[in-house]
Amino acid sequence: MKKSQNVTIKGTKDGLTLHLDDTCSYDELKKELDRKLSNSSRIQEEDKLLSVKVTVGNRYLTEQQQEELKELIRQKRNLIVEEIETNVLTREEAEQLKDENEIVSIARVIRSGQVIEVSGDLLLIGDVNPGGTVKASGNIFIMGTLKGIAHAGSGGNEEAVIAASVMKPSQLRIGDCINRAPDHNSDDEARVMECAFISENRQIIIDRLQVLIQQRPNLTRFEGGR
Amino acid sequence: MGEAIVITSGKGGVGKTTTSANIGTALALQGKKVCLVDTDIGLRNLDVVMGLENRIIYDLVDVVQGRCKIHQALVKDKRFEDKLYLLPAAQTTDKTAVQPEQMKKLVDELKQDYDYIIIDCPAGIEQGYKNAVAGADKAIVVTTPEVSAVRDADRIIGLLEKEENVEAPKLVINRIRNHLMKNGDMLDVDEITTHLSIDLIGIVADDDEVIKASNHGEPIALNPNSKASIAYRNIARRILGEAVPLQQLEDTNQGVFSKIKRFFGVR
Ligand SMILES: Nc1ncnc2c1ncn2[C@@H]1O[C@H](COP(=O)(O)OP(=O)(O)O)[C@@H](O)[C@H]1O
Ligand SMILES: [Mg+2]
Repeated sequence: MKKSQNVTIKGTKDGLTLHLDDTCSYDELKKELDRKLSNSSRIQEEDKLLSVKVTVGNRYLTEQQQEELKELIRQKRNLIVEEIETNVLTREEAEQLKDENEIVSIARVIRSGQVIEVSGDLLLIGDVNPGGTVKASGNIFIMGTLKGIAHAGSGGNEEAVIAASVMKPSQLRIGDCINRAPDHNSDDEARVMECAFISENRQIIIDRLQVLIQQRPNLTRFEGGR
Repeated sequence: MGEAIVITSGKGGVGKTTTSANIGTALALQGKKVCLVDTDIGLRNLDVVMGLENRIIYDLVDVVQGRCKIHQALVKDKRFEDKLYLLPAAQTTDKTAVQPEQMKKLVDELKQDYDYIIIDCPAGIEQGYKNAVAGADKAIVVTTPEVSAVRDADRIIGLLEKEENVEAPKLVINRIRNHLMKNGDMLDVDEITTHLSIDLIGIVADDDEVIKASNHGEPIALNPNSKASIAYRNIARRILGEAVPLQQLEDTNQGVFSKIKRFFGVR
């Protein structure tokens, strides 16, 4: 006889969970899934759409395979796949994840015509001169004077912030929001220790550095301490 | 073995050629053997400023393309005992007639016979700039106290910092007008050096005598009585490694002056 089932269905209060075994072959899995979903009458009763979570354990699924499974489940039933959960990450995905959570530090002046782009947060020790650009998928922290362009959350992260010891940018961008310096910059203001972030009405706001504690509590990654 | 210093700026008209001519002259006055190289092909004028235009027979492109030997193209400055020579740029061809590798080879050859090769760079960041920088060991960036000139200097410094064979560039601020600086109508020395964050090697006042001297083909450095001349001679001494404090320009504010002194380790 065949070993225990490759596909098990469980109902929870949040919906259904489909457990797909990670030791059998992919084809075997597909066949069994197909059969199970056709046979099972239990879920057929209702007409309304049900969301399911699919867990695949330690199996790696290509994007194409994921689509195939979703398609299969959708066709058979009034089911919608909410997510496919796997324990496996490709090296590429892992590296991307690592990059996104890294703080990249750079000690130099970013001069006119130069563009620096990093994945994750940028810690720049030095100035960004007019005509220079710094770009990060995460936050940008500048220990120096920002006189050029800074673009935080370049991948679309609107939670990202820009902070600088001296904030005199020609342009700020966060996600897709742009904020240009006023045409007549009053040089009188010191503009020290300031930060920029996107406000509730989706505009870039510049404020004292201290307000970040309330605005972006997630900036703290440190756990513990007293 | 000598060293090659490129004089560059990004922006045109800020004083590269004037600075090249005067640093070269001042170094020769100090007894060094100097060769000036004009790389502004198509727009040569270092020969005019040096008053050597009439003696040109061959030029840099002739040398590079093998139409003559280097020594045939070098124009000797008779005011100096065998100390100062000029390799003029071609006037008729364009910048693409010379490649960076050819320039490097040429400058390396000159370094065998001269203490200093002063390379006058054309404006811009294209081929002419690349040719001028190709053989250089050191760089001097010239700017004036104007926002646009400083912006271009910043751009050029960024490019120079990528050149592995070129030491960290030094800054010359040219055409300083004291009354404008004092009133805050012009960037001051302090602002410019902080902004560009490179070492200052000299400041030169805006001086009508410079223009007159250039027009007569007699670089101002030959005239010991002008302020600008002293400034250029001091730059030459700093190139030679002397710790010369920046001359006190009249009315220069104290803060700037003491800061500059600190740059050169003088109290
Ligand atoms: N310190 C100075 N004072 C007055 N005029 C100057 C000074 N330096 C340069 N000039 C003038 O500025 C003009 C441009 O100088 P030049 O050396 O030809 O610049 P570049 O080689 O950078 O194009 C020339 O007419 C020159 O005489
Ligand atoms: Mg010139």
